[in-house]
Amino acid sequence: MLQDKDRIFTNIFGWQGYGLEDARKRGDWDGTAAILARGRDAIIDEMKTSNMRGRGGAGFPTGMKWSFMPKNSDKPHYLVINADEGEPGTCKDRDILRHEPHKLLEGALIAAFAMGAHAAYIYVRGEFAREIKHLQAAVDQAYEAGLLGKNACGSGFDFDLYVHAGAGAYIVGEETAMIESLEGKKGQPRNKPPFPAMAGLYSCPTTVNNVETLASVPTIMRRGGAWFAGFGRPKNNGTKLFCISGHVNNPCNVEEEMGIPLRELIDKHAGGVRGGWDNLMCVIPGGSSTPLIPANECADALMDFDGLRDLKSALGTAGVIVMDKSTDIIKAITRLSKFYMHESCGQCTPCREGTGWMWRLMERLNAGNARFEEIDMLIDVSKQIEGHTICAHGDASAWPIQGLVRNYRPLIEDRIRAYAGILQAAE
Amino acid sequence: MSGKSFFAAEQPTSFVFTDENLRRAQAHIAKYPAGKQASAILPLFHIVQEQHDNWIPRAAMNYVADMLEMPRIKAYEVATFYSMFNMAPVGRHTIEVCTTTPCWLRGSADLVDACQRRLGITLNETTADRHFTLREVECLGACVNAPMIQIGEHYYEDLTRESMVGIIDDLVAGREPKPGSQTRKYGSMNDSGTTTLIDEARQLGVAVQETV
Repeated sequence: MLQDKDRIFTNIFGWQGYGLEDARKRGDWDGTAAILARGRDAIIDEMKTSNMRGRGGAGFPTGMKWSFMPKNSDKPHYLVINADEGEPGTCKDRDILRHEPHKLLEGALIAAFAMGAHAAYIYVRGEFAREIKHLQAAVDQAYEAGLLGKNACGSGFDFDLYVHAGAGAYIVGEETAMIESLEGKKGQPRNKPPFPAMAGLYSCPTTVNNVETLASVPTIMRRGGAWFAGFGRPKNNGTKLFCISGHVNNPCNVEEEMGIPLRELIDKHAGGVRGGWDNLMCVIPGGSSTPLIPANECADALMDFDGLRDLKSALGTAGVIVMDKSTDIIKAITRLSKFYMHESCGQCTPCREGTGWMWRLMERLNAGNARFEEIDMLIDVSKQIEGHTICAHGDASAWPIQGLVRNYRPLIEDRIRAYAGILQAAE
Repeated sequence: MSGKSFFAAEQPTSFVFTDENLRRAQAHIAKYPAGKQASAILPLFHIVQEQHDNWIPRAAMNYVADMLEMPRIKAYEVATFYSMFNMAPVGRHTIEVCTTTPCWLRGSADLVDACQRRLGITLNETTADRHFTLREVECLGACVNAPMIQIGEHYYEDLTRESMVGIIDDLVAGREPKPGSQTRKYGSMNDSGTTTLIDEARQLGVAVQETV
């Protein structure tokens, strides 16, 4: 279990103020100019040493991502900060925005310096109206104190940071859709290549980073990449914010060590599964896009990238959705199918048509009003969507259904039989 | 994508920002590089909704498109793509109930039912007195405080049927309901006491879980 002295987010629950004075007491903005004075390469090397992998869901190594930004470019460089948190089960970035915004701002400055970006946009989902107010107030304070703007922190580096409110679209959390939206268009993902590091915002070199990733950067710089890399298993290092929702006694957010056993996470921090561990049905471990893990595999599950990949799932955003035995699991996944249909941007035919098709069939399976062979057809269709779209939304719509059928096929078949039985009885 | 791609039947013939909102709009436009003013379209549409009873008439789309020097059709595309923009009049208070799986697991269906009974309308309807619109929305990103709703800029969390009805009663009576969690002092913390940051918690008088 992570010790309190090693937690990055010491005001995650908002016990103290979010403003600059309280943030400084927590150690934010301490010697930032000296960190920048280490130079661009040294900062990127420190991030590589930390083994930080992006906290937005995909888990791409952060230091490597930064190093993709061109060194000699006559175009402006941009940092875009992804605060469009909306993956069902995930509510960690919200706590940083409302309670620890200065960690994010300082991290943004360090990251922007390391990639030669003199401007950054924080794209916050529009529904987070209160969080946007806290964030904007923190930005205003930082400008007033000379921490942002011309000669930021007295470093000689000019850096402007702007808050940009979204307006309700899950897909904008995808990095190229975010760039499109920031340019004033519909939020529809772009084909890659070109990758944003070559041609992103306004066709300029751009890096998109998640809120939690950037907010961790100042502490990594102060305590060292080796300190961060000292937690967790190889290639799965550091501390991480987990969100534990659903059928637990005390749902909560908590910062823990990567690789913590799922059971320990639930029992120690979230008051255990409602009705006890034996009442567990399954867990969606990393936000709604990640396939569920049945109870018998949960006891030994380790909460990191590799641990969950070994169980045919993924760490994703570390939004842990717990379901006890009272759950109608077919209905739970059907609701996710509706979500993916609603949030499809409509650009690629397999996703636009497929998510609706899958949801309609899921509704029939939920009622039992289907034929056995339609289960195979559903999986077949899901595999025609997966991997055949511009972005990962198609994959994300397929995986929960594949996880359901892989683990609960007998349950689906029972429901079909029961429905057929009702029909027969009626005749 | 929702199916709201049509303009409301009754439209005002013109729209302009108030002086104050024009100043705010210009401040937003200034955040983006010269020639990239289209980037300000979402912030400007948010201001339109604030000024115009929480919906965007066609005249305002044209006004914003012209201000940003972009084709009007592009502005229509944007307005209809994002779920927070209303294309038709809504009630004074729009109750948005999150019903995505994490909220559903903790009783969002009860909240929808409680709202429907209390208001006498179903989802996507507005009360006859135009005070309330009821809507189902996708994940609002407050899953450890499920079930939850949004009204205006505020989240109301850890709801039950009773506290849900209480919020509507407050609004009907012209009172401001308390935003945030309806049961906890600290938002995303374990509600039986914190399990981390123990020294700080003790210094600040925050409840600590007994087992720690």
